[in-house]
Amino acid sequence: MSSEMAHAATEVAHEAAHTSGDYIKHHLQNLTWGQLPDGTWGIAHSAAEAKAMGFWALNVDTLIMSFLLGAIFMFVFRRVAKTMVTGAPGSLQNFCEWAIEFVDTSVRGSFTSKNNMVAPLALTIFFWVFLMNLMDLIPIDWVPLLMSSLGVPFFKVVPSTDPNATFGMAIGVFLLVLYYSVKMKGFGGFMGELTLQPFGKWGMPVNFLLEGVNLIAKPISLALRLFGNMYAGEMIFILIALMGGAWAGFSLGGVTLFGSQILLSLGWAIFHILIVTLQAFIFMTLTVVYLDMAHQEHH
Amino acid sequence: MNINATLLAQLIMFALFVWFCMKFVWTPIVAALDERKKQIADGLADAERAKQDLELASRRSAEILREAKEKAGEIIGNSEKRASEIVEESKTQAKVEGDRIITGAKAEIDQEVFRAKEQLRTQVSAIALAGAGKILGREIDAKAHNDLLDKLVAEI
Repeated sequence: MSSEMAHAATEVAHEAAHTSGDYIKHHLQNLTWGQLPDGTWGIAHSAAEAKAMGFWALNVDTLIMSFLLGAIFMFVFRRVAKTMVTGAPGSLQNFCEWAIEFVDTSVRGSFTSKNNMVAPLALTIFFWVFLMNLMDLIPIDWVPLLMSSLGVPFFKVVPSTDPNATFGMAIGVFLLVLYYSVKMKGFGGFMGELTLQPFGKWGMPVNFLLEGVNLIAKPISLALRLFGNMYAGEMIFILIALMGGAWAGFSLGGVTLFGSQILLSLGWAIFHILIVTLQAFIFMTLTVVYLDMAHQEHH
Repeated sequence: MNINATLLAQLIMFALFVWFCMKFVWTPIVAALDERKKQIADGLADAERAKQDLELASRRSAEILREAKEKAGEIIGNSEKRASEIVEESKTQAKVEGDRIITGAKAEIDQEVFRAKEQLRTQVSAIALAGAGKILGREIDAKAHNDLLDKLVAEI
């Protein structure tokens, strides 16, 4: 960035400190439904209200978007599954077959036991997370603008920037890990794994501490990795969008900022395609690896 | 970004999607893929078998061709032999027939000669008789000289 532009940027930021802060906060606020301070149930109109609702509240935008995206994925694949032909496939069927073989190959690569649930789970995770992440590429102002014109105060279109969504999935995976650990090794075996290594039976408390952290770290890292990547990506889109938002007539700084916004958001969006796919793939692969570890006896 | 009940809803939604995917997406598609794999394997096996069959058939056809050629050669040989036999036979037959005809003709000629001789003899005796009569000037009694005449005829 040139010094001139940096100067202009600080100037703009100074001028519009209040409004940019609001802009960012607005973009990062979920549409939350819960109990309002006056005791009625409804939509929170500010971040403080949403926070005051406590645990028993729902992020409506996350739910709608994630359900919609999951449903689109299921609808497309279900249609292909129903009209599946064993002869020469059409292009949509070809795509679905490619996706299934891709997932199947990666599951075979990292999952050594036999479990018919793991591959469909991996497929669901990959496409659901991919589609949720992909929403990040919709220009960040479109959906909130559309929604506010419809009278909806907030609308976050990327469900994976809501930790509820990522933790929801990660906890699902964690429950499966626990279930299969107990199923494959027995409750005693699983507890033994948690307490009898790496230091033998005399180091039981230390073992439990180490293995417990190891176990808990799985879902947390899974959820936070996805959430952090998507949240940061979203944040950078918002910051880039602020540059053009500082438009105040045809000054040199204004035009430079506007041009940089176009270039930067294009560049970041292209780079983000990689992150979107990569995060979906990482979530899928780690899930498979964790489940594989749950199926295997440790010695 | 507060943690709230959305978490539970997402967890349930996740479970439902996974269940749906497993039951209605993954299983039928993988089944169809396996089916196709089997079809392709069968097709390849069929092709392999057809290739073997083809090889077998071509070997067999070569065999048959060779046999046919042999047989044809044999037939041609036989017929040539038969033809020469027939020619030979007809030659012999013709010769026999010719001989027979010649023999018949000879017999007839002999007979004819004999008959001509007989006639000639009779006429000669008549002429001799007439001549003798003339020479003697008188009638010779044929009856009286019959023995003589017969002796003469036998002599001629």
